[in-house]
Amino acid sequence: MLGEYGHASFLLIVGLVFPAGAIFTSWLFGRLHLRPAISNPVKSETYECGVESEGTAWVQFNFRYYLFALLFLVFDVEVLFLFPWAAAFDTLGVGGFVAAMIFIGILVIGFAYDWKKGALEWVK
Amino acid sequence: MPFPFLKGAWYNISDLSNLSRALLGWVDGWGNDTVAYIAAGLIGVLATMAFLVPSQLGVVWIERRVIGRFQIRRGPNRVGPYGLLQPIADALKVMLKEALTPPAGDKWVFWAAPILMFIPAIGVYAVIPWGKNMAMADLNIGLLYFVALSSLTTIFVFMAGWSSNNKYSLFGAMRVVAMMISYEVPVVVTLLGVSLFTGSLSLSGIVQWQADYHVWLVLLQPMAFIVYYIASTAELNRTPADIAEAESEIVAGYHTEYSGMKFSLFYAAEYTNALAISALVAAVYFGGWYMWGLEQWVPGWLIFIGKLYFFFLVLIWLRGTLPRLRVDQLMAFAWKFLLPLSLVNVFVVGLEVLLWHENGWSAGVTLPAFAVVNLALTVALVYTYARAFGYDRPRAGDIVLRSEIGFVPGPATEGLPGGT
Repeated sequence: MLGEYGHASFLLIVGLVFPAGAIFTSWLFGRLHLRPAISNPVKSETYECGVESEGTAWVQFNFRYYLFALLFLVFDVEVLFLFPWAAAFDTLGVGGFVAAMIFIGILVIGFAYDWKKGALEWVK
Repeated sequence: MPFPFLKGAWYNISDLSNLSRALLGWVDGWGNDTVAYIAAGLIGVLATMAFLVPSQLGVVWIERRVIGRFQIRRGPNRVGPYGLLQPIADALKVMLKEALTPPAGDKWVFWAAPILMFIPAIGVYAVIPWGKNMAMADLNIGLLYFVALSSLTTIFVFMAGWSSNNKYSLFGAMRVVAMMISYEVPVVVTLLGVSLFTGSLSLSGIVQWQADYHVWLVLLQPMAFIVYYIASTAELNRTPADIAEAESEIVAGYHTEYSGMKFSLFYAAEYTNALAISALVAAVYFGGWYMWGLEQWVPGWLIFIGKLYFFFLVLIWLRGTLPRLRVDQLMAFAWKFLLPLSLVNVFVVGLEVLLWHENGWSAGVTLPAFAVVNLALTVALVYTYARAFGYDRPRAGDIVLRSEIGFVPGPATEGLPGGT
């Protein structure tokens, strides 16, 4: 019923158990006093190259990150539509090819507009 | 017979699926479907771990030795012969290191991030076709499964950076997200060309197609290979593209606050990802277990692992050779260089497949013709495009390497000692 996907999920479980086991061993070593587990306020302070840390980590970010995320979203959704098209390409013929190229073309026009507007420049 | 319960040619190591089939035939004899199903899964897990665990130790040693040679030093050579036991000593060392948790951070997310990193890293190995019948789970959407799962890493890296409550971690995490999503686009668009050509999304299907037509896809789509390899290498956060953990800028990026076992888990996940990317390149572009008849003599899975390690060595080579790029250079390279090339690739490949299948040309004539056309197109396009961007010449402000004197700053700028 699950078929091959069930088998793939076995590996996902291993991917969870394997590092969890490693971290548990490390924790156990701490409890058994095999490794140091003595914390103090200075040691557990936020590390900023040895000087005392200033303010919180909630700092402002360049809004360019947001633009790139938007662009990524557009292209990722596009590709998600195109993968079924690619897999069924043989049965679609010329019409399928033209339709997909128009679909990509619309996005390329938008992409060219972004480029022209300077949305791809990290520093202006 | 030492194992009377095993039927068939299980001892034939040229195809290890014989062994697993023999074992499963034995388990099937018990008459319980659930047990047989779980046994099939467990055999797959054991086989994957039989590759991953030794490789995990091996690649640490290989990388340290090779990088050592690149930097004109010897690398680890004290622990065991040729330093072979160094990875084990390293593993013991990180186990015995103190593991700090920043009290100001988000404790649960902080602990969960390195553990969850491993789920996509190991999970993608399910669809890798090790040999002819040797995929653990031959999903019919294997390519999509691989891409989808490996892009999940972004979230866990961001979890690590965000939960540390450290400015540098957050900077690193933001950079990782921006860079990985940027390089994700060329990766998926080029893989689109692969499934266009082979008409299959299953990795075994793609390898089988290459074996059927006696050609590696890299010969037919050299541009796709270049774009894919560069983009997927950048996604690994290794040195040309390790702005996420650039130690000269932001301490250690998203894992600044991590120590002990949790820190080394990030490294282990990085190596696992690097091996997975090498495996995908070997399978998709370099024919997997197919090697023009050599697979008759050498087990196909050995050929595949050989190719995989070759591409891992290329990764080390890149790391040892290239300097780190700036964040703006990396982003511009993904969006302005790789993405247009990959879109052109999809167009060209689609047109070729259309011409080929609509006209019913024979593969023996068509494929060599496509190979020549695509190679010429790749060389012309990559060369002219790189020239248009000025990637072939230094720009104002760049550091220029002059081999006879060593490093010299390009144009003299204000504030430099000894400047004008």
